[in-house]
Amino acid sequence: MKEQRPAVEGWFTMDRERPQLLGTRCQACRTFFFPKEEQFCRNPECDGREFEEVPLSNKGRVWSYTEHHYQPPEPYISPDPFVPYTVAAVELAEEKMVILGQLATGVQAKEIEVGTEVQLVLETLYEDDSNDYLVWKWKPTTH
Amino acid sequence: MAKEVAILGVGMHPWGKWGKNFVEYGVKACQDALKDAGVEWKDIQFVSGADTMRNGYPGYVSGATFAQALGWNGARVASSYAACASGATALNTARTQILAGLCDVALVVGADTTPKGFLAPNKGERPDDPDWLRFRLLGATNPTYFGLYARRRMELYGATEKDFARAKVKNANHGLSNPNARYRKAFTEEEVLNSPMVADPLHLFEICATSDGGAAMVISSLEFARKHQIDAVKIASISTVTPTFPNTVIEMPNMSTDSAHTSKLPDAPFRDSIAKAAYEEAGLGPEDMNLAEVYDLSSALELDWYENIGLCKAGEAERLLNDGVTTVGGRVPVNPSGGLACFGEAVPAQAIAQVCELVWHLRGQAGKRQVEGAKAGITANQGLFGHGSSVIVTK
Ligand SMILES: [Zn+2]
Repeated sequence: MKEQRPAVEGWFTMDRERPQLLGTRCQACRTFFFPKEEQFCRNPECDGREFEEVPLSNKGRVWSYTEHHYQPPEPYISPDPFVPYTVAAVELAEEKMVILGQLATGVQAKEIEVGTEVQLVLETLYEDDSNDYLVWKWKPTTH
Repeated sequence: MAKEVAILGVGMHPWGKWGKNFVEYGVKACQDALKDAGVEWKDIQFVSGADTMRNGYPGYVSGATFAQALGWNGARVASSYAACASGATALNTARTQILAGLCDVALVVGADTTPKGFLAPNKGERPDDPDWLRFRLLGATNPTYFGLYARRRMELYGATEKDFARAKVKNANHGLSNPNARYRKAFTEEEVLNSPMVADPLHLFEICATSDGGAAMVISSLEFARKHQIDAVKIASISTVTPTFPNTVIEMPNMSTDSAHTSKLPDAPFRDSIAKAAYEEAGLGPEDMNLAEVYDLSSALELDWYENIGLCKAGEAERLLNDGVTTVGGRVPVNPSGGLACFGEAVPAQAIAQVCELVWHLRGQAGKRQVEGAKAGITANQGLFGHGSSVIVTK
């Protein structure tokens, strides 16, 4: 059995059942950030420099989506032959922010529309001899 | 209107894939602009270059690179980088020198030589670079973002793939007679829709290519213009605004937006705020514009811009296009040059080229694509990492 590792360190919990993206919150004004902001609060009304790590909502609604039919350049790691994939922009209600992610394998673009509820899942992005490298994806809650 | 400057001359090197050094294109554009202005190179007091990041050190110090190529004349110099907005930033740098009374006449130039295919991040493993990570983790290319905007128009406003294809058909027709355009070929809706799908709903012929090209402009104080030439076209305003937090529209190359959890939304989203600042500075409004050059990185994005520059309300752009309002001969033609659809993008030259096009129309020199009686026009574009760009030109 290969070891399960994140494709990028510290961006999400490694909980296969109920994964969550990991962001930060400014301790002064409580604004959320993803990817993590740990230096300067970007709220112009706030000069906060202290941040805490927080897991983000694992569900959201589709803001828009697009199915890709052309193989992107490196560093994208493409299956051979290339398989089309869909990128969805998903709005988190509590955090009031939009986060991109691919749609989960097996979900077709025609199965979603603007407003569809989706949840976070983890899938293998690529592997080597001893590790699976995982990334977050979005999957319709009804799928 | 003490804040106006005069445009004395404009020049361009045609867009294409010429395989030459970018300096070649820029110098040709400069020589044409100087000739058009009737100003000698030795009389230029300030050179403002728009940088290219793809052509090594000479590209980072573009102002000096072009000044040296034309022959050092002792002029003061500046070089600007603001991604796709670099040309407007370089123009603004020269304008502010003139308005501050520090110089009378300046040369503004941008040129690029570009690689083929998708714009890809720099090579090597760079997990701390968000531009690298968006490709690695998500396969989010530039057309991904264009596809997201286009799909949202379809679902929110009922836009169709045919609407988007018609924007391409219109621009292709506009560019047919433009000697500086790279692609001078008419397309039918069917040809556009039958080209390979790239980022659904956008097809290959609806997504802007990258090109080589160069554009330049000689600008001066109104007093200098009066001495040398009567009735020069004027720059009424230049907007180089950044976004206001929270910016809640997903933008290249980001994987997320700002959070609006804590702060109230700004009066206008970023793209709207770009033209708004230009209108305010000029004391004009969208109803005063006779034409516009906007950044049609995709066919569908052109429709977003109609709304962003105030030509119509959100959701009405398809009607404007389909009624012929934005076609040459209509009330407010958009991209009479043919736009990026016919040019492809030569990053540091593009925002300058947009202004050159307005100048030719305001002078009545645009040939077959002429917008009759044009008295005022606006350009709009957006550079990565929060660079707004909008220029209003008046007679
Ligand atoms: Zn804060």
